Formats: sequence, C-alpha cells, structure tokens
Amino acid sequence: MFDNLSEKLSGILDRLTGRGALSAADVDAASREVRRALLEADVALEVVRGFVEKLRERAVGVEIIKSVKPGQMVVKIVHDELVAMLGANAEPIDLNAPAPVPIMMVGLQGSGKTTTTAKIAKRLTEQMRRKVLMASLDTRRPAAMEQLAVLGQQVGVDTLPIVAGQSPVQIARRAIEAGRFGGYDAVLLDTAGRITLDEAMMAEAADVERAANPHEVLLVADALTGQDAVNLARAFNERVGLTGIVLTRVDGDGRGGAALSMRAVTGKPIKLIGTGEKMDALEDFHPARIADRILGMGDIVSLVERAAATIDAEKTARTAERMRKGAFDLNDLREQLGQMQRMGGIGGLMGMLPGIAKMKNQLATANVNENMLKHQVAIIDSMTPKERRNPDILKASRKKRIAAGSGTKVEEINKLLKMHRTMADMMKAIGSGKRGPLAGLANMMGLGGGGMPSPEEMAKLAEKMPGGLPGGGAPGLPPAMPGLPPQLPGGLPGLGGKLPGGLPGLGGFPGFGKKK
Amino acid sequence: MDDSTNATGKNWWQRLTGGLRRTSASISGAIADLVTKRKLDEATIEELEEVLIRADLGIDTAGRVAAAIAEGRYNKTVTEDEVKDILATEVEKILAPVAAPLTIAPDAHPFVILVVGVNGSGKTTTIGKLAARLAREGRKVTLVAGDTFRAAATEQLKIWSQRTGASIVAGTQGADAAGLAYTGLEQAREQGADVLIVDTAGRLQNKAGLMSELDKIVRVMKKLDTTAPHAVLLVLDATVGQNAISQVTEFQKTAGVTGLVMTKLDGTARGGILVALAAKYRLPVHFIGVGEGVDDLAPFAARDFARAIAGLN
Repeated sequence: MFDNLSEKLSGILDRLTGRGALSAADVDAASREVRRALLEADVALEVVRGFVEKLRERAVGVEIIKSVKPGQMVVKIVHDELVAMLGANAEPIDLNAPAPVPIMMVGLQGSGKTTTTAKIAKRLTEQMRRKVLMASLDTRRPAAMEQLAVLGQQVGVDTLPIVAGQSPVQIARRAIEAGRFGGYDAVLLDTAGRITLDEAMMAEAADVERAANPHEVLLVADALTGQDAVNLARAFNERVGLTGIVLTRVDGDGRGGAALSMRAVTGKPIKLIGTGEKMDALEDFHPARIADRILGMGDIVSLVERAAATIDAEKTARTAERMRKGAFDLNDLREQLGQMQRMGGIGGLMGMLPGIAKMKNQLATANVNENMLKHQVAIIDSMTPKERRNPDILKASRKKRIAAGSGTKVEEINKLLKMHRTMADMMKAIGSGKRGPLAGLANMMGLGGGGMPSPEEMAKLAEKMPGGLPGGGAPGLPPAMPGLPPQLPGGLPGLGGKLPGGLPGLGGFPGFGKKK
Repeated sequence: MDDSTNATGKNWWQRLTGGLRRTSASISGAIADLVTKRKLDEATIEELEEVLIRADLGIDTAGRVAAAIAEGRYNKTVTEDEVKDILATEVEKILAPVAAPLTIAPDAHPFVILVVGVNGSGKTTTIGKLAARLAREGRKVTLVAGDTFRAAATEQLKIWSQRTGASIVAGTQGADAAGLAYTGLEQAREQGADVLIVDTAGRLQNKAGLMSELDKIVRVMKKLDTTAPHAVLLVLDATVGQNAISQVTEFQKTAGVTGLVMTKLDGTARGGILVALAAKYRLPVHFIGVGEGVDDLAPFAARDFARAIAGLN
C-alpha cells in the first residue's frame, strides 16, 4: 500500500542531482505517483486528471533550490495546488439574512445529516448566540424525527413538534412559520436522506427548497466516500443549488479525497468538518490539513492543538516545577500517563504523525499498545500513597502485592520503576543545569539545533513546508511517548531513542496555550 | 414510513440491475466510447483501467482487470460487447469465490448474528431486512438493540421488530451494550429463539476505545455460549471508497468478521470496492442491499453482480 507520497517521490526524483530545474520527464515520472496517491485517497478521477495537468504546467522548469530535494519540491507544489483548490480561506455559515434564516441540510442516507444538524444548531446557539429551531423533514426512515428531538434535548435546542402525516414541504412551511412566530434567528431543516438516483426524492428536496427558500443549503457528505462523491455533489448542486459542504467523519482514517472532488465539481466551499461523535465535534475547515491528509502526511497541526487542549497547563507547570527540584515521584508519572491517555493514547498520537504506517506494525510487534499505558496506570494506582511518594521502599513483598492488585507481573512493575528512575535522574540533571528546566530539556530530547520550537513555529512548519517533514520528522511531540522501547527504529527523532520514557516532553512545552 | 411500497412486483434481479444501472451505464458508456473508436492499444487499456477506478475498484484491482482484458488481445480490434463480456468474466472470477449465502447452522440455539460497521453504513436497516427474511423462512427471531449510543436507534429497531414480528431486547440510551447482548442471549435462549441478531453502535475503525467495546460484546456473549457469535456481519456502505479496506482489516481484527453485507447499492456509480475486497480478503459476501424496501436485501450472486457492473443483462 501507498504510505507516503513524499517518500515515493524522493525515490524517483532524488537521483537527479546536479540539475538546475525539473525537466518534463522528471515531472511525468512524479505525476504518475501523484496520480496514484490521489486516486488512493479517493479523489475522483476527473478531478485527478485536471489536477495532474495543472501540476505539470506548474512544475516543469521549476528551479530546484539547493537545500531542498527535488521530491520535496514536487510535494510542496502538489500541496500548494491542493490547498489552492480546496479554497484558501475558511468560510463560515452565513446568517446574514432576515430572521428566521432557513438553513437546509441535504445528503445521502447515513452521511450524518441529523447529527450534523444538531451540531450546527449547538454551534450557532453557543458560539453565535442565536436562537435556533430544528425540524426533521425525514418522514421515511423509522424514528428519524425522534432522533432529532432527542438530539435537540441533548444540545438544548428546540425542535419543531412532530405532527404525524405531514409532507416534508408542509413541515418545512410549518417550521418557518414557527420560527417567525417564536422569534427564532435560524431554522435548520433536516431533510430525509436520499439516493441521488431516486428522482422522486430529489424532486422532494427541490420542492422543499422552493417552499423554504433557504439561505444556506448545506450538503452533508461522508469523508469516506469514494469516486461517487463527484456524482453526488453534482446531482445535489444541480437540483437544489448548494451553498456549502459539510464533511463528516473526518476523524476516521480515510484520506478524505472526497473533499477535493466535491469542492472541484461544485465550486462550493467546505464550511465545516465533523470530527467525532460528541455534539461539539464540529470544526472549521482548514484546507492545508486536508491537503496533508490526502497526501498521507499526517496532521501535525491537529496533534499540536489536541495536545494544547488536553494538557492542563497548571498541572503541567506544577510537574515541571517538581521536576526541576528533582522531586519527580510516581504521582507525577501517573499524571503524565493520564494525559497521554486523554490525548487518545499511543494509537491516537501515532495516527496523527506523518509516515507512521510502517511504525505501527513495528510497534505492534514490539508489544507497545494501549494496554501498556493502562497497565502502568493500574500499577501506580495499586500502590499506597506512601509508596507513590517514595518508590524506594518497594521491596519484593510490596511488589507482589501491587502485581496482584493491578493484575500485572512483578517484571512490569520493575520496568515501570526503572523508567521512573531514569526519568527522575534526568530531571535532576536538568534541574541542576543553569538555564532552567526547559532549555536543557529541549537539547536532551534530540530535537537537534534550535531547541523546542514554539507552537507557532510548529504550525508554520506543518502548514508551509510539507516537504520539509519527510519520513515523520515531527518536531517535538514524539517525546511524549512513555515507555517506548529504545530499540525502535530511529525514524522519528526523539521517539524513544534518547529518552526511555520521554514524558517530560509534555511538561516541556512552554506557553502551550491557545495558538489559533 | 412507507418502506414497502416500492417492493411490489419487481424481482430482486430487476432491482439489482435497476440499482446498478448508473454503474453499468457509466461504465458501458465509457467502454463504448473507447473501444468502438480504436483498437486495444496501451492508451485504450489505460483508459479502461481508469473507468474501473471510477467505479471504486481501486487502483490495483483495476490494473489487474485491465491487464487481464489486454492479455492476448493487445492491438486487436475488439467490439464493445466483447469487452463487456471479458470485463464481466474477469470481475466474476474475482467475485465467484466469495458469493456465499448466510447459512444458519441448525445446532446453535440461538444462532447469534452480530452486526458491526461504521456509523451510517446501514446496520439497523439491514437487521430489519434480515429479520424479515428469517421470519419469512419460519424462524423465530430476537433482536438486541445494541446501539445504545445514537439517539433513537432503539426506536428504529423497535419499529422493525413490530414490522417483522421479531421480539426485541432493548435498554435505555447509554446503557452498556455488552450487558444488553448478554441479557438478549439469555432471553433468546429462554424463549427458544432460533436466531438472535445483535445490533451495535456505528463506530469508526480507528477509534481504539470504541473497538474495545465491541471486543467486550463478543467476549461477554462467549460466557454464555463459547461458540457465539456464530456470524459477524460487517455492513459496508456502497459509496465508501478505499477506506473499506481499512474497515475490513480492523473489524476483522476486533470482532472476527465472518461475512460482508453491502448496502445502498441503489445509488449512483459504485459498488466496485467489493471487487477489490474480494480480491484481497476472500470474505464471503452474503447480501447486498439494493433498495429501501423491506425485501430489498438480496443474496449476493457473483455472476449477476459482475454482469450488472459490466452493463450486460
């Protein structure tokens, strides 16, 4: 399977040294790989064709900068083109119309319309302080209307009372009337999931569109959709006139090529993306991130953001302070492990790092998995407070008790203690250094050169220089992996290589707060 | 709520070809375009491959089928019908080994079917249709409303149980799905049900936490019956692209998938991913969903499917 376009292009192009510019033949060779990469990411063929052509035009004759490999150069051009095609700026939902602003949701069955409707309602209510009414026009799927009503209660948004036997057009009219009389700012119309082939259903959508005259018509589409995405987007755009697209299931491991396809054939912006099952898992669309994903480059920016959101700054500062004093005990380690788990565990972190596909298998064989985190937490939880503060008192009988209590083995406890020991020693060494805890730490982490990059720098790095991060050169974050065995391949700098349990990485991000 | 209205009169073959019409139309249209105009040279074969890619066969499978078509016919002038035939034959070769009906083993009481898949793939609807089919065969069916996450999923399954006369075991929203599966299996045994179908919440295959919940459902049922679940059906949406491969891999790892069901084969051009999956996994494909009616769950027939994809009837 394809894993990283950047690596593949390197293989093809990096043999060309000493040439001043990309020749037509070089670009042709690269284009084949780009085409394959895009197709495997489910970008529709017609869109791929146009894209590759444009790429050829742009890339032939481009001067190769000395410090950049030709492969990286092409990836950069591909990335820039993708971003340009996906739309450079995020466009929000437009409520600039007389209230109640009707917003109509359309899409195939199972694309996530109802859930997305509720998420948008919540967003409009909480972030934009609008009074929102939701109505389900799905008279076909059993319990669809109930589903929206239940979701409405969950997110605290009103839903139109269900009246049995009404047609979708009647419900739409009733909803807008209720919106007007009830003083609502926006009315969300959740239409029945439909099948584009089904002319009757498309006609129904068009009827609703005419009756409600919606200000926004949002197509809800699954990011996992294959080649069909173009047909789907085109059909809806022709029949009901879309104003935007909401991409759902972006939290899956699909490459999301459908985004590019739909954007390309409709010219309509992708306004929002659904990133989880929780009702607040709805985010603005960042073209650069989807471009990275389509190219199989991971999503470093998201990783940074997730880290920022999960890590409790106060606790981290406290831990850092304790580290400095050399008083890093098992309670602190427990805290760090907990943060790891909240960030989605090792799997969650790895999934977001570029070029990780191969690593994943090696991790599996090295027996590094989610259970390891869990076991380590369980071991610490099975200790008495005294033991946690002072692990030196742990002798054989205590270890036996802890092993029984946590369902682990004494060896595992020894391993954990050794890990903690190494870390504590390191903390002490750093703490005694002159430049404070963090400066020293950064150098020890094998980050090479400039120490810890600031979040801004990292974001810039990730957004601007996709080619600059080949083969998983994720800066800074990988140290946050506890207990990765040191024998792991050194593809990721800092990952387990130098620090046995590079946890301090978490504490080591100064000012990790808001960066958006 | 009028799911059964469009099920009148037509047999499932008509529904399948009707459902696949767009697929066939676009493929055969494209084939006609390429082949009647020129002979089978490299450019033509490449375009043929692209046609298959557009049907979601995936780049590798499409390449293989295209190569098979070219074999021995390179640079020959080939008519449109010949190409269609070859295409159908090649696709059928891949699909034939995986076309297998779902057999309800008589020695299991009840025969437990666990239904899994990503969100929105059509699990609950498939269960409804499957229950209707099994009930028609004279079996006593019990359903477990194991999707305790999605709002109103339980209500949706209840409506299906009323339609099909199956009894149902349901909990409240947010209830433990594994516990519900356990209770369901207990009750199904007491009531002497022949088949127990367990619905599960949709989950993305890359969510470790949700996948381990699924693992728990399987584990817990094994406490009552070590051979349960007897069948684990992965429901795939026909619009899904190459991600289906990842879905099969992960669900197989966690839940031990024994067979596939492909739903929503009644939309626009699609369904080709099944060919790629057949080539890679050789998991049986039991049913395809070709419509919204209660009867629109057809056994998977390789020859028909292949010929429908190729635009032959």
